[in-house]
Amino acid sequence: MSTVLSARAWETVWTYRATFVQGLLNTLETAGIALVIALIIGFTLGLFSTSGHKALKAVARVYVEFFQNTPLILQVCFLYYVLAYSGMGLPVIVVGFISLGLYHGAYISEVVRSGIEAVPAGQFDAAHSQGFEYFGMMRYIILPQTVRIILPPMGNQVVSLIKNTSCLYIVGGADLIASTYNFVTGDNTAGAYGPAYLVSGLIFFVICYPLSMLAVRWEARLKKRTAARPATQTTGEEATRDE
Amino acid sequence: MQAASSMISLDNVTKRFGSNEVLKGINLQVQAGEKLVIIGPSGSGKSTLIRLMNGLEEATSGHVSIDGHAMTHRHRAKLNREYSSMVFQQFNLYPHMTVLENLILAPMKLKGVSKEDAVKCAMENLKRVGLEEKANAYPTTLSGGQQQRIAIARALTMKSSIVFFDEPTSALDPEMVKEVLDIMEDLSKDNITMVVVTHEMGFARKVADRMIFCDGGSIVEEGTPEHFFTHPENERTKRFLSKILH
Ligand SMILES: Nc1ncnc2c1ncn2[C@@H]1O[C@H](COP(=O)(O)OP(=O)(O)OP(=O)(O)O)[C@@H](O)[C@H]1O
Ligand SMILES: [Mg+2]
Repeated sequence: MSTVLSARAWETVWTYRATFVQGLLNTLETAGIALVIALIIGFTLGLFSTSGHKALKAVARVYVEFFQNTPLILQVCFLYYVLAYSGMGLPVIVVGFISLGLYHGAYISEVVRSGIEAVPAGQFDAAHSQGFEYFGMMRYIILPQTVRIILPPMGNQVVSLIKNTSCLYIVGGADLIASTYNFVTGDNTAGAYGPAYLVSGLIFFVICYPLSMLAVRWEARLKKRTAARPATQTTGEEATRDE
Repeated sequence: MQAASSMISLDNVTKRFGSNEVLKGINLQVQAGEKLVIIGPSGSGKSTLIRLMNGLEEATSGHVSIDGHAMTHRHRAKLNREYSSMVFQQFNLYPHMTVLENLILAPMKLKGVSKEDAVKCAMENLKRVGLEEKANAYPTTLSGGQQQRIAIARALTMKSSIVFFDEPTSALDPEMVKEVLDIMEDLSKDNITMVVVTHEMGFARKVADRMIFCDGGSIVEEGTPEHFFTHPENERTKRFLSKILH
């Protein structure tokens, strides 16, 4: 058993650094593909839940509640083991991006929904009054405003998606956490717990911290912009002029 | 089908929000080219009435039609594209676009106008409202009066035969009201149909062919500005006018 201070343990980690780099690449690949899936699901369901169409709203609601109220790790296991035993086994990497994509799709759809709801009703009125149909209105007028509003929470979603790749270790994934785990339990490398987890954590931090900071910066910029809007509200009666 | 001369037609229209009956059996015809001014106290249903005309609200019962075509949620986009534009109390410019982009979006995306022609038309209309130099500015950097003039220019770029105005000067600081009213007055010389909800009695007197007074969800009185300002008949109309004219 070596400690954080053991030079030999650090040396082992350095020798096997490729393991960590590969783990990181796998994590980023899984997160990247999962993000694409999550965005597609998120925007689709976000549009469903703001469509005013009862059946579509219900679909979005059920989906969101289901995925937000069961543990991600259970969803991962379900997808991996249950499908494997029923003869439709999927490779771990595929299980990874599908389960993370479905799970974060639920969260992103809530972000998109609140972003659409944050666009003032007057914008919808203006679009309708000009003669836009639903899709044109969304594409040119509503969603471009939504995207600005949701950038900060989306940044947080990406961070949490990257961290959640760690759930894949339970089904033997090749992500960073799984690689670290295999490393510290491996035949040649066993025991270097402290340095290995420190390095692994540091890698996560180096990737996630700038993303979090970016989200914070976006949020601050957004606040400043909305605050800069001129306040010209007066009531009709007050503005009435005598002639 | 309505009589061909009726541009806008409301036939026994009611509107309820939940249990709140906001409009109670409205019958109203607006002729092509007519300038109609709608007045009435706050909450009397003026906005709801004008919003029914371009399908922003759907009637609970009765019929709304534009040039003989039934105005329903299903057909509003097509009818608005073809017939009408609207100017709102809160301007409702698209904040993520420059002034010029605000003006060319609908003609290009909805009418298939080329960018070159859309820009040309937009610049002409900006000139008309005296704000050509603001073409590349973002709306939120402009004053309320400027934003509303841009909104009017935007309405004009669709070359609509009807323009609706819902209290276009009510959100403006007093010193900006005139610049907007002057443009609207200038517009009234064009052969377009104007329906205007406003408290600006000077404007109504100069521009309106006909006025209607709404109260409690009904049209209480109807007539020429001359009629309203010299011998209104209904007690509620008299009370409202005396309050608003001080
Ligand atoms: N979307 C809505 N949902 C529920 N109630 C509404 C809605 N829009 C309007 N109302 C109600 O309908 C009534 C009439 O409103 P409306 O806005 O048409 O009046 P208005 O004459 O335009 O008043 P103002 O001068 O204040 O603009 C009000 O009691 C209002 O609260
Ligand atoms: Mg109103």
